[in-house]
Amino acid sequence: MGLATFIGGIHPYEGKELSEDKPIQVLAPVKGEEMVYPLSQHIGAPAKPLVAKGDRVLRGQIIAEAGGFISANVLSSVSGTVKGIEPRLVANGAMVQSIIVENDGEEEAIEGFGVERDYTKLSKEEIRGIIKAAGIVGLGGAGFPTHVKLTPKDEAAIDHVIVNGAECEPYLTSDYRMMMERPEEIIGGLKVILQLFDNAKGIIGIENNKPEAIKKLTEMVKDEPRIEVCPLLTKYPQGGERTLIYAVTKREINSSMLPADAGCVVDNIDTVAAIYNAVCKSVPLQRKIITVTGDAIANPQNFEVRLGTDYKRLLEAAGGFKDGKEPEKMISGGPMMGQALFSLDFPVAKTSSALTTFTKDQVAAMEPTPCIRCGKCVEVCPEHLVPQLMMDAAERHDMEKFQALNGMECVECGCCAYTCPAKRPLTQAFKEQRKAVAASRRK
Amino acid sequence: MGKLFNVSSSPHVRSKHTTQAIMFDVAIAMLPASIYGVWQFGMHALLVLIATVLSCVLSEYVFEKCMKKPITIYDGSAVVTGMILALNMPPQIPVWMPVLGGVFAIIIVKQMYGGLGQNWMNPALAARCFLLISFAGKMTTFSEPFSDAVASATPMAMLKAGEQVDVAAMFIGRIPGTIGEVSVIALLIGAAYLVVRKVISLRIPLTYIATVAVFAAIYSGFDMTYVAAHICGGGLIFGAFFMATDYVTSPITPKGQFVFGIALGLLTALFRIFGGSAEGVSYAIIFCNILVPLIEKYTLPIAFGKKGGKK
Repeated sequence: MGLATFIGGIHPYEGKELSEDKPIQVLAPVKGEEMVYPLSQHIGAPAKPLVAKGDRVLRGQIIAEAGGFISANVLSSVSGTVKGIEPRLVANGAMVQSIIVENDGEEEAIEGFGVERDYTKLSKEEIRGIIKAAGIVGLGGAGFPTHVKLTPKDEAAIDHVIVNGAECEPYLTSDYRMMMERPEEIIGGLKVILQLFDNAKGIIGIENNKPEAIKKLTEMVKDEPRIEVCPLLTKYPQGGERTLIYAVTKREINSSMLPADAGCVVDNIDTVAAIYNAVCKSVPLQRKIITVTGDAIANPQNFEVRLGTDYKRLLEAAGGFKDGKEPEKMISGGPMMGQALFSLDFPVAKTSSALTTFTKDQVAAMEPTPCIRCGKCVEVCPEHLVPQLMMDAAERHDMEKFQALNGMECVECGCCAYTCPAKRPLTQAFKEQRKAVAASRRK
Repeated sequence: MGKLFNVSSSPHVRSKHTTQAIMFDVAIAMLPASIYGVWQFGMHALLVLIATVLSCVLSEYVFEKCMKKPITIYDGSAVVTGMILALNMPPQIPVWMPVLGGVFAIIIVKQMYGGLGQNWMNPALAARCFLLISFAGKMTTFSEPFSDAVASATPMAMLKAGEQVDVAAMFIGRIPGTIGEVSVIALLIGAAYLVVRKVISLRIPLTYIATVAVFAAIYSGFDMTYVAAHICGGGLIFGAFFMATDYVTSPITPKGQFVFGIALGLLTALFRIFGGSAEGVSYAIIFCNILVPLIEKYTLPIAFGKKGGKK
C-alpha cells in the first residue's frame, strides 16, 4: 500500500528550497511603529472595539471582542496608544475597520502574561475559554474561530484530531520551520486538544517532501500512546481539509458537512502551536510565522513577526527585491491559492502566511485558447467534478446547471486551471460563479 | 514602489502542458505508421500524406483569414486531422481526392461548427466517410504491398467471405489496406508513445478492442484466429488508439469513456459481421460521436463526499 493520499491533484513546482533551510528569524517590533489590527481577520462577524482613541493598551490586551457566536477577539501585540479606529487596506484588497496602535516600545503586558500553566489541571470549559480569549482562529488561512471548532455538537463522536502539517502550497515553508524548530509546541498543543476529546487519537499529517520533519516528530511522539505521525504523499492539495481527512481516515465530507461530521477536528500546525502558547504559557495569539520568498526576493526567509506589523518591514528584513528589481507579481500566500497584491500597505493578520514574489508573471503572458476537452481537469479535480462542463455553464452564467454539476462543491484549489493545456481560467470562473450562486441563495 | 503590480485571481502558476504540445505528440505517434505505409506502398503514399496535411492547414488558414478570425494553424490540430485523413486513404488514390477531403474536414466539419473543440464529429473521419460515399470505387481499391497491382480483397473482406487470413502478416502489415491502418505493430509503437506521454488513457481503446474481441469470439464459437483477425484488421487498432480517443469527440467523463468504448465495439462488430461492408470502424466512431453528450450526461462522476446520496 502506498502513502496516505487522495484521488486527483497535481505536482506543481515546489519552490520550497528557497527558504526551507532558513531558521525562523524573530522580527522585533520597534518603538513608534504603527500597528494595525483589522476587526475582521476571521470568518464570521467582525469584532467589536473595546478601546477608543487615546487609550493606552497593553500587550495581550483584548482590544476588540468577538461580535457574535462565530467571531473572534482581537488582541494588541504591543503596548502603546490607540491612535484611531479607521478603515485600512487588508490583503484581499478590501478596506476593513481597524484599530491603530502606536507602539511605545515598553512591551508592557497584561497581568499573568507568560505564566506557566498545567493544562492537565484545567477543565474542558476553562481550556475553551482560554482559547477563545486568546483570539485564536484557523491560522492556515481560513480563519475559522478555533474555540467554535473545538466545541462540536457531539464531543464523544470525535475520534481523530488531525494536525495539518501537509503544507502542500508551493513555496511556503513556515509550517516546516515550526515543525523543525518548535516541535514541542505542536505536540504540546495537540495534547491540549486531546484533553478535550476523550475518544480521539491525535494524528500529525506531514507530506513526504519533508522527511526531516517526519523523522523528528515521529521520534518525539514514540512514547505518546495517543499521538502518531502520518506521512502523506506529496501532492497538491493534500493539505485541503477534505482531502486531508480522506487521506488519514478514508472518510469523505462535502461542502454541507463539517469535519466533525466525519469525527474529525483539523487544525493547522501554527494554530496548534498557538493553542499551546495560550493554554500552557499564558501567551495569547501575538505573532505569525511568515515566509517571504519567490525569485524576486534578495534573501528568502522565514520570520516570526507580531500581528499588526506592516508587510513592508518583512520585505526590508528579507533584503528587499533582488538587484532592486521590482517584481511583476506579489502574492499574499502561495501561488496556488494566494491573493495577488497591488500594494504592500497592509498589516500581518492572523490568516497571513507568506509573501511570494515573482519577477515574471507567467500567467499574464498566456492567452487562453479553445477547450479541446482533453479531460485533464477531470483527472486532477480532488472533488471529482467535471470542470470542463462547469466552465460551459459558468460562461453562460447558467447557475442552475452549474449547481447541478456540483459546482458548489468546488474548493477553488486551482488544480484544473493549473493543468489546463489551453490555459483556460477555470478556477477563476468558478470563483465568480460560486459567489453569484451564494449571493442568490442568501436572497 | 512606483509601478503597479499584476493582479489576477489564483492560481498564479500554470503547468507546462499546451494544446500545441499535445498535437505535436499525436503527430509524432502517427509517424511509425506513416513511415511503414510509405515504405510499403511507395512514394505516392508520401505524396498523399503531404498533400492532405497541406490541404488541411491551408483550408484552416484561408477560412480564418476570410472570416477575420485569429489564425490557429500553429496549434497543430489541422496537421493532426490531415495526417489521420491521409492514413485513412488507399495508397493509390488520386491526390485531389484527399485534398478535397481535407477541405471538407476543416471547413465543413470543424470551422463551420466553431473551430477547434466545437466540432461534434471527428473531422478526418467525417471526411473519410464523405469520400467513401462520393467515390466508392477509388476509395475501396487497394494495392498489394510493395506493388502497384490491385489487390483482390482486403483481409476483412476475405474474412467476411469465410476465407483464411494470415494473422501474422496482418500484425506486421503485409496486407492491402489504407496507408496507415495496415501495420498493427507500427500503430502500437505510436500508441505506446501516447500512453507514456499521458496524451491518451487506455480506457477507450481497451474497452473498444475488448468488446470487438468478445463479440467476435462469441460469434465464431471462440475461433481465436478469427478473433485475432478482427483485432488486427480493418483499422481497428488505428481507430481505437488514434480516432476514438480524439478528445473533442469522445466523452470527458471516465465512466463515459468505458461506455463509449463498449458502444464502439458493439457497433463495429455489428457493422462488420452483419453489415453490407466488411469494415465498420469509421462509421461506428462517427455514430458514437453523436452519442457523446448523452453518454456524458448519464456518466457524471459522483462528487467527493456525495456517495450514497448524502446531501
